[in-house]
Amino acid sequence: MFSKLALNAKIGFFLAWRQIRHSSFWTTGLIVFVMVLTFLNLVVVSGILVGLIEGSIAAWHKQYTGDIIVSTLLNKEYIENSPNIVTLIKTLPEVEQISARFNKGVTLEANYQTRKENEKPNIASAQLIGINPVEEDKLTGLSSHILAGSYLNQSDYDKVLVGYFLLKQYIPVDSPGFSALENVDVGTKIRIKINDVAREVTVKGILKSKVDNVSMGVYMVDSEAKNLIGRDDGNAAQIAVNLKDGIDPLVVKSALVLAGVDKVAKVQTYVDAQPQFLKDIIKTFATLGNFLSSIGLVVASITIFIVIFINALTRRKFIGILKGIGINGQAIEMSYIFQSMFYAFLGSAIGLLVVYFLLVPLFVAHPIDFPFSDGILVAPLGETLVRVALLVISTIIAGYIPARMIVRKNTLDSILGRN
Amino acid sequence: MIEIKNLVKTFKDGDVVTPVLRGIDFTLKNGEFVVIMGRSGSGKSTFLYQMSLLDEPTSGQIIIEGHDAKDMKPEEKILFRLQKCGYVFQDYALLPELTALENVVLPSLMQSINAKKAYATAKESLAKVGLSHRLRNIPSHLSGGEQQRVSVARAIAHKPKILFADEPTANLDNESSKAIIDIFRELHKEGQTIIMVTHEEQYARMAQKIIKIDDGKIISVTKNM
Repeated sequence: MFSKLALNAKIGFFLAWRQIRHSSFWTTGLIVFVMVLTFLNLVVVSGILVGLIEGSIAAWHKQYTGDIIVSTLLNKEYIENSPNIVTLIKTLPEVEQISARFNKGVTLEANYQTRKENEKPNIASAQLIGINPVEEDKLTGLSSHILAGSYLNQSDYDKVLVGYFLLKQYIPVDSPGFSALENVDVGTKIRIKINDVAREVTVKGILKSKVDNVSMGVYMVDSEAKNLIGRDDGNAAQIAVNLKDGIDPLVVKSALVLAGVDKVAKVQTYVDAQPQFLKDIIKTFATLGNFLSSIGLVVASITIFIVIFINALTRRKFIGILKGIGINGQAIEMSYIFQSMFYAFLGSAIGLLVVYFLLVPLFVAHPIDFPFSDGILVAPLGETLVRVALLVISTIIAGYIPARMIVRKNTLDSILGRN
Repeated sequence: MIEIKNLVKTFKDGDVVTPVLRGIDFTLKNGEFVVIMGRSGSGKSTFLYQMSLLDEPTSGQIIIEGHDAKDMKPEEKILFRLQKCGYVFQDYALLPELTALENVVLPSLMQSINAKKAYATAKESLAKVGLSHRLRNIPSHLSGGEQQRVSVARAIAHKPKILFADEPTANLDNESSKAIIDIFRELHKEGQTIIMVTHEEQYARMAQKIIKIDDGKIISVTKNM
């Protein structure tokens, strides 16, 4: 049984290879081109959809949470005993960089000096974030997100950085529940209000990031922020931590939990800290990508079916001759399976080269500028190989069916071209 | 070797039934060279196709090499054709993408014969038909006569019991036709059983026995001296 199958496969390969070798270069090229496009459709469509969110997650990780984020427990405004926790974290050998943040919800007001009594106040709600500018920049590269003006210095007394989402000139949206400041630019004086306390500050820079928490935040030097929000005890609301290369965040998280930090704060890796909606969107986009890929797979299968069917139909006479001189039908069917495999493998091989040597590096160098993320192409090799296997299997089936249809026809009718 | 009893073949096209063979009885012995003749539409090629197991008769019995064709499954018929029969068709029936050598070696490879031996035998067969210098040529680079000689080489390479030839000279000029018939005569001298359909008297005279068919029946059997 096996030796018969092996013999048929050998003869099938013998016939397939010679048929491919003598086929028209342009026809083969066109079929392979279709297979390359199908492969790209399978890998790139879902890869970009997932990459869109992966880009957002990467931004969230790099620009906001760091590798580990320690934050307040529910209903708490700050992390108790923060200075000691900061000291503890700094002693861990795995830690590369740390930045403590002092956060508080505030109201910003602009043009308050010129506003008439019957005019609507020019206000916006925001999150005040007190930072050590040097440490925060080392951790998140915040200074690289300055859209206008300049970054903070530790000595800046009454200067703030404002996220561009809070400025109407950048986001001209007027919707219920969301308001942005009008006529505010670098150098404009605005007022920060916390309950009854107000302080006039100058906009030193405007921040633009794909992370909402940054683009909707107001950054101030930590010492001034602590004064403003009345946090004399030095307790921070967030402590972001970056680890040395190759360190698993879970290891450090476990160490912090073991030290009891989780009793007074939420300790999360950047994966834990991902907003739930991002996780949900990844699943949704992956499903959507798979759906679109499936359509591509069906289209490729139909293409191969048509190609092999036409090929087998035009070669019906020769198929009849082969059967006539005693070549087993299975060997003839296998010759068409090998041809289909050739197209699928060659298309996939070219597709793999295009994806890993062109598209992935290209998207890394030039991410797609989506409003909420820098979209990259996510194509893990394991998943890609699964898609190659899917493509090959569907192509084999699509090649086998028409070949079998023609091979099963009466031998003499095929030789004589009778219907 | 081949025994045929009351062979009937009819073609049906909707309600139209066309009888082509109307009860033929025939026996072919080992080593015979038999020619089947008849005018166009007489049923001579249809007779050959039934005999050579390329087609199914409507009724009647074909016993070939001791096997009753009725009891053979399609796969068994294919295997039988591979092992026991050789075919030469009117239009050469070579595979266009295979070289002369590859066309000839294919049936031997299908029989699991060692590749080295199969290629050696194929080369011998091509040498026998005078085409040692055309081994690597594909059919489109060969003349009609050469293509038919490749077809003969393919038919005999695996040493079949019976060689079936359907109008092998019909598409050839006189010189090429004569070359093919000479090859057949040589093969017959070596003991090869040959059954050939032709409408050309001059080549029919080379055979041992001439069977004339008309309107689906054998009308005469002539033995040549």
